[in-house]
Amino acid sequence: MKRFSAFNAVSLTLGFAFLYLPMIILVIYSFNASKLVTVWAGFSTRWYAELLQNEAFLDAAWVTIRVAVVSSTIATVLGTMAAYVLVRAGRFHGRTLFSGMIYAPLVMPEVITGLSLLLLFIGIGLDRGILTIILAHTTFSMCYVSVVVSSRLVSFDRSLEEAALDLGCTPFEAFRLVTLPIIAPAVISGWLLAFTLSLDDLVIASFTAGPSATTLPIKIFSAVRLGVSPEINALSTIMIGIVTLGVITASLVSKRASIRQQAEAQAAVRA
Amino acid sequence: MAEPVFAPWTDPNEKPLIQFKGVTKRFGDFTAIDNLTQDIYAREFFALLGPSGCGKTTMMRMLAGFETPSEGQILIAGQDMSRVPPNKRAVNMMFQSYALFPHLTVFDNIAFGLKREGKPKDEIEARVAEMLRLTRLERFAQRKPHQISGGQRQRVALARSLAKAPKLLLLDEPLGALDAKLRQQTQFELVDIQEKTGTTFVIVTHDQEEAMTVASRVAVMDEGRIVQVATPSEIYEQPNSVYVADFIGEVNIINGVATPQGDGYDIAWAESQPPLHAQTTRGFSDGQSCHLAIRPEKISISTEEPETRNKVRGTVHDIAYLGNLSTYHVRVPGERIIKAQTANTRRLSRRALTWEDDVWLSWTDTAAVMLEE
Repeated sequence: MKRFSAFNAVSLTLGFAFLYLPMIILVIYSFNASKLVTVWAGFSTRWYAELLQNEAFLDAAWVTIRVAVVSSTIATVLGTMAAYVLVRAGRFHGRTLFSGMIYAPLVMPEVITGLSLLLLFIGIGLDRGILTIILAHTTFSMCYVSVVVSSRLVSFDRSLEEAALDLGCTPFEAFRLVTLPIIAPAVISGWLLAFTLSLDDLVIASFTAGPSATTLPIKIFSAVRLGVSPEINALSTIMIGIVTLGVITASLVSKRASIRQQAEAQAAVRA
Repeated sequence: MAEPVFAPWTDPNEKPLIQFKGVTKRFGDFTAIDNLTQDIYAREFFALLGPSGCGKTTMMRMLAGFETPSEGQILIAGQDMSRVPPNKRAVNMMFQSYALFPHLTVFDNIAFGLKREGKPKDEIEARVAEMLRLTRLERFAQRKPHQISGGQRQRVALARSLAKAPKLLLLDEPLGALDAKLRQQTQFELVDIQEKTGTTFVIVTHDQEEAMTVASRVAVMDEGRIVQVATPSEIYEQPNSVYVADFIGEVNIINGVATPQGDGYDIAWAESQPPLHAQTTRGFSDGQSCHLAIRPEKISISTEEPETRNKVRGTVHDIAYLGNLSTYHVRVPGERIIKAQTANTRRLSRRALTWEDDVWLSWTDTAAVMLEE
C-alpha cells in the first residue's frame, strides 16, 4: 500500500472542493437567520419553517414526487423489457438499430428531447400537465434503466432460465420466479436512478409542464430569477438530501449484489 | 443364479422410449446433427461420447426441448415431441453448470418443479425429504447453493432433476466440475441412483472413462453422426472404425495390405518383415489395404524370441512408469512406435528392460482388430 503523500492530499482536497464547495455553501446559507443570502447572521431553521407554509412550493414538491415515482416505475418496466429483449432475443432483424435507438437519448441534448416532446403533445392535442411530464420523464429515463439492467443480464447464466423451463415453468413464470429475483438489485438501482433523474430535471420538464402542474426545479428556477431567497436554499438543501440518499442507496444495492455475486463465483471456483 | 443381462436393444419386441428418426439440426450453415436415427430404451443408461463440437450436446438439448430439429422427428414414448415445449415434457435435465437457483435454499431448489405442478404442500415436503435422503443432503436443506461444496451442489442438481420423477433424465457433463477422486465415487453413486429409481438416463460426456463406467450403451459421435453404438466392452474390444478405436483408450494402429490366409488374413505392413496375422469376421478382398488396431495391454514384451505367429523386433525408445502399469514405447522397423503395456503386479520385481534394449513384441491372432480404410 502506498503512503498518502502531500501531493495526493492536495489533489484530493482540490478535487472535492471543486465539486462540493458550492453545495456546502448553499447548505450553510440555508441555515442563515438573515434574509440577505450573502450575509451570515447566525444559525436558524426559520427558512425551513417558512418553506412548510409556502403552498406553491409544497404543491410543486408534491407534483415532483408523483412525477418521479410514476415515471421511474414505468421507465423501469419498459427499460427492463427492452434490456431483456436486447440481451436475450439474439440476432433479430434490426437489432443493432433497436439497441442504438434505445441508447440514443443518453447523448441527445435535453433541449431537443424536450422540444420534440412538446411538438408531439401539441400535435396530438394533449394538454400539458402532470401527465405530459410523466410521459416525458419516462422517455428519457427509460434508457438509463435499460443500460443498468442489460449490464446485469449479460452476466446472467442462461441455463438458470432453461432449468426453470425444464422444471415446468412457462417462459413468463421463469422470468418472474428466477430471472427477476436474481436481477432485482439492478432493477432497483435502475429505478432509483430514474427517480433521481426525474427529481432534478429542469429542461425537459419546463418544455412539457403546463400551468396546471409545475415541478420543483421549475419553481426554483423561476423564483431565483426574481432573486435568491434563503427559502430556496432550504428547499435545495432538502433536494440535495433526497438525491444523495437515492444515489447512495442505488450504489449500495448494486455493490452488495456484486459482492454476493463475487462470493458465489469464488465458491464455484473453489468447488 | 445369474440375473438376465439387461439388453433391451437385442429384443425385437421391446419398444424404444426415445426414437430419433432421420434427425438433422442446422445452425445457419453449420450442420450439428446429420440425419441421425437412433433408439434408446427405457431404463437404459445411455452415454453420448465425443469430442467437443460433435453434436452430443445438441442431441441432448433437442430431447429437453431447447432446440427443435431442422428435419426429422424425435419421439418419446411414441409421441412426436416437435411441438412440445420444454415445460410440458416428462423430461428433466441436469445442467453442466448445475444451474441451481442462487436465491433459493437447497430445499426450495429441489421443491421448485414440484411446486410448479401445484402438488399439495405435504406431498411436496415428503418428496423433497426423500430426494434429500437419496442424495444424502438432509443436513444442508436450508443452505443456499453458494454455502455448500461443489460435490454437494452436484447432488442438489441431481436431486432437483429427479424430484419430478421424470421418464427421462438428461445429464450434461454432470461430473465435469468435480475433481478426479470425487468424480469416480460419484459415477458409482449415479449408477446406484439410476438403478434405484429405474429412470432412463442419457448422459453427455467427453470423458471416455466416465462413459465406460456408467453406461449400459455408449454412442461414439463425430461431426454430427453416431459412429458406433455398443456396450462399453464391445466399444473397447470391437471398435468398428479407426476413429472409435483411437477415441476410446490407447491403441496402436498399423497400416498394411490384407491377403486371405488360412482362418484369417496375413497383413503385410513393412518391407522385409514377415506379415502379421489376424482373425476377423469382416470380409476383406485380396490386396485391400487395412488398419490393424491393437491395444497396448494385449502386447507382451520380452527379450527372448517368443513362439507366437505375430512378433516384431524393436528397441525400447521410452518407458512410462504409471505405478500400476508401465508402458513401453518400442521403435520397430519403418520408424514407427508401438506401445506395449505390462501390469506391475509385483512390488519389487526387477524391471529388466531399459532404454535402447532389443526386445520382442508379440500378440495372439485374436488380439488385433482389423479395420477398413
